[in-house]
Order: sequence, then structure tokens, then C-alpha cells
Amino acid sequence: MKGRRMQGPSRRPALSARGAAPSDLLASVAMLAGLVALWWAASHGEWVSRVFLPTPELTLGSLRHGLGLGAAGEGAGDLAGYSLATLGRMVAGWVLAAVLGIGLGAAIGASASLRAWLGPTLEFIRPLPASAVIPLAISVFGLSSGMVLAVVAFGAMWPVLLATVQGLASVHPRLREVGAALQLSRLGFIVKIGLPAALPDILAGMRLALTVSLIVSVVGEMIASQPGLGQAILLAARAFRASDLFAGIALLGAIGFASNAALALAERRLLGWQRP
Amino acid sequence: MASRAAGQSPSRLRGPSGRIWPLWGRRLRPWLVPLLLVALLEAHARTLGRGSDALAAPSAALWAGWQLLRSGELLAATAFTLGSAAAGLALGAGCGAVAGLALGLMPRLSRASFLSIEMFRPLPSVALVPLAMLVFGFGLRMEMSVVAFATFWPMLVLAQAAVRQVEPGLIEVARALGLTPAARLTQIVLPASVPRLFVALRLCVAIALVVAVTVEIAANPHGVGYAMSLAQQSLDPASMLAWLAWIGVVGVAVNGAMLALQRRVERRMGGAA
Repeated sequence: MKGRRMQGPSRRPALSARGAAPSDLLASVAMLAGLVALWWAASHGEWVSRVFLPTPELTLGSLRHGLGLGAAGEGAGDLAGYSLATLGRMVAGWVLAAVLGIGLGAAIGASASLRAWLGPTLEFIRPLPASAVIPLAISVFGLSSGMVLAVVAFGAMWPVLLATVQGLASVHPRLREVGAALQLSRLGFIVKIGLPAALPDILAGMRLALTVSLIVSVVGEMIASQPGLGQAILLAARAFRASDLFAGIALLGAIGFASNAALALAERRLLGWQRP
Repeated sequence: MASRAAGQSPSRLRGPSGRIWPLWGRRLRPWLVPLLLVALLEAHARTLGRGSDALAAPSAALWAGWQLLRSGELLAATAFTLGSAAAGLALGAGCGAVAGLALGLMPRLSRASFLSIEMFRPLPSVALVPLAMLVFGFGLRMEMSVVAFATFWPMLVLAQAAVRQVEPGLIEVARALGLTPAARLTQIVLPASVPRLFVALRLCVAIALVVAVTVEIAANPHGVGYAMSLAQQSLDPASMLAWLAWIGVVGVAVNGAMLALQRRVERRMGGAA
């Protein structure tokens, strides 16, 4: 617990924004504006070839066109559909991963002998890149959207599963005694004491899982040619449409930013009771 | 925290039922489940899944792996993957550490760049694969640049936190001694934050390896990730499984080596937490 609290600032930098003074906020915005100005100068001054670096205006135009905000025409609103497809894949895979990871993790974590049997196997699979199972999944399931979803769920499951196992394993012995004194069944102990006590670990694992599921969704779309932002940016790069590429990257960044922020907010709400 | 959990796990995994098992049995026990799974796959591949294009028997995979090792393919691909991961790591984590140390020492600059960092950090690194492809084409530089981007942000954030968590008393001592800012950095801040920086480096090594393999599977026609995709596309499941297992072994070996190195650093310079 102590270690976790001390790591707080590095894990949750979003918190420090709340207490920011107006002058700091102003400086932050100025810095961001400066970066955009640098981009503008670099692209207009052709410091870098236009093939790689479109101007901010062109990128904004691509973004407006792709989101269907500009004039109607060929491909208008495409990016909005792709973003929704990627977002849906990411969320569906993440929810599956969370359900599977918490379920399996609770089963393994609550029993010391199961931990002894399976622990080393889990530790072996942990560093395996989630995308490394994509070729295996392709050969078993074929090039389908179900395959991508399965890989997303599989890849994102590990952080949740391992965090749940760890969280349950480090439940304070005093709490175990309370459970025994109340004559809770094993399931009752897991649901009423184990999982709530492991919640900080589980939520940290789920945050990591969300990042993994976005990454694996994008890789899956690139390889299996499923409609989504991953496929869209790959095609844009192949056709040298740099402004469309940048628009797609910006949307992926926005998805990553928004989902991370939403989860940080949820984490703060859910863990409020644990804070002294 | 991850390091501590990993350090504790062996004793925790033994559990209360350890008495029933003699020492050699305890050593053996972790291997039983994987062996059972391998045996099941072997049985499946030899009976129902005969001649399958999707899965192969583990024995066939082992043989395919041996062939790959003998032809030198295995080592060449591994060298490419590890080399580009290491080069990207050196670039990304190096710049990240310098920038993080600078921001840690200059709180005003750090507050001003907070918004920009939070905008760029959540961008998934694979989103840059097409851009890197456009700029560098296929090859080492493309993979390196994506790995560098992926390792830059965690290192930046963690290095900044490492400097912040240096014991304030030490800084006061440095002030009292009248050290110049440069001397304060090299003689006080850097040595005091080395253990934390090392924990960050270990995290970045794991990220670098994962990202390198991912880039190869997604686009770059080099290295172990591509070799695995190629084996799948040429309907050679035995080689594919051999590559998959090899990627797992390399991951475990690299992570294990980093953990051992971190323990040594901690013994010499004190723990991180």
C-alpha cells in the first residue's frame, strides 16, 4: 500500500491539474500554441518535405471532411465511422478482457494452491507481446472481425488477470481472519472482502488493459483489413495522403486521451472510500 | 511496485500446502500445467488435427525451431529485433531521461509543458507505424523511431517523478554547501535518483521489445515478428509456433536479465521505494 501511494504522482499526473494556478494553465496553453506554431512554420517553410508533414490547415481540413463537418463529397464522414468502429472494438474487447480477467484472476488469486500451480505459467505469458498471437489467431480463426476481437480480449486480459491475482494475494491477513470469523464461504469472501480490497490493483490493471486494447485493435485492423482507424491510416500512408494520415493519428490520440481521462475519473470516484 | 511483487512471488506461490510436497516436487510443480497443455496439443495434433494448416504438434514445432536455429535464421531475426529495440530504446529513453530530469529540476517549465505532454502521451505508438513507414520506408530506422516514441513518454514521466522524490534534505544540504546547479545535479540529484531511473528503464525495456515485435508484425518485413507472420502465411504452423515460443523465451530472458540487473543496482545504491 505504501509503495502504491508513493507512486501516486507518477501514475496519476492528471490529479495535479486540478490544483493548477491560472498562470500555469495559461503557460500550458501558450506552450501548446507554440508547438502548433512550430508545426505551422515547419510545414510552410518546407523544413520537412510536405509529403511527410502536411500543414495544420490541411490536417484540420481533412479532419473536418472526414468527420462529415465540411462540404459533402466523396469520403465525407468516413473517419467518423472508422473512429466509431475502432472505439467499439476497443471497448468490446476491453469489457470482455475485464470480465474474463477479473473472473479468472479471482479464481486463481483466492486459492494459494492454484496460484502455486499456475503462477509461473502466467509469469511466462505476461511479457509476450499481445500482437504476437495475431498470426496464431489468423491461422485458427481466419481474417475476421471476430478474430481481432478475440486477440484484443486476450491481450488486454493479462494486465487485469495478473493485477487481480496480485491484489487478492496481498489482502491483509487481518481481513482473512474477519472473513473466517464471519464464516463467509470462499465465494462470499471473494465478493465481499477480496475484490473490494483488491480494487486499486484491479483498476490499475484495467487502465493498462485499455491502452493495450486500443493498440491491439489498431494492429488487428491493419493486418486483417477490418474497417477502422488502423486500416484508414495505413491506406492513407500507402497513398501518400499525409493530411488524412495526420487526421487519423489525431483521432487515435483523441480516443486514447479521452478513454484514459474517463477511466482516471472513474478510478477517483470508485476509490474515494479508500482514501484516509 | 511491480518489482517488489515479482520479488515476493516465489515465497507467496509456495502457499500453505508446501508441506505435502517435498522440495523437488515444489520445484517441479510449476512445470506440470505447461507440460499438460503441450501434451494435450500434441495429442490433438496427432489425432483430430492431423494435417491441419492452423496448428502443429509441439514436437514438430521443436523440430522446426531446431532447423531455424541451424540455418541461422533464428539468430539473424532475433539480432535484428533486439538491435532495433535497443537502438530505439537508447534514443527514446535517453531523450526521455534528459527531458524528464530537466523538467524535474524546473517546476515552472514542467507545469507549462504538462498539457502538451498529456496530449501526446496517450497516443498509441502503433498509430505512428504508417507515418514512420512514409518517412523512413521499411527497415531499421522505421522500427527504431516507433520504439523511440513509445519509450520516450514513460521515461520522461518517470524520470521527472524520480527527481521530484529525491529527499528534500539532500537538496538543502547541497544549497548549504553552496554547490552550483550543475554540481547539484551531478553530485546529489543524479545519484539519488538512479534506483528509480533504473526501475523506469526496466519498464521501457519491456515496452521496447513489445513494440519492436508489434511493428514487425504490423508492417516492417524484418525480424522475429515478420518471420512469424510469414510462417503463418506460408501455412507452416510448426515454424509459426516455434517463432511464437521463441518470442516468449526472448521476452522472459530479457525481463529476467533486467530484473537481476536492477537487484544489483539496488544492492549497491539502495532501493527505489
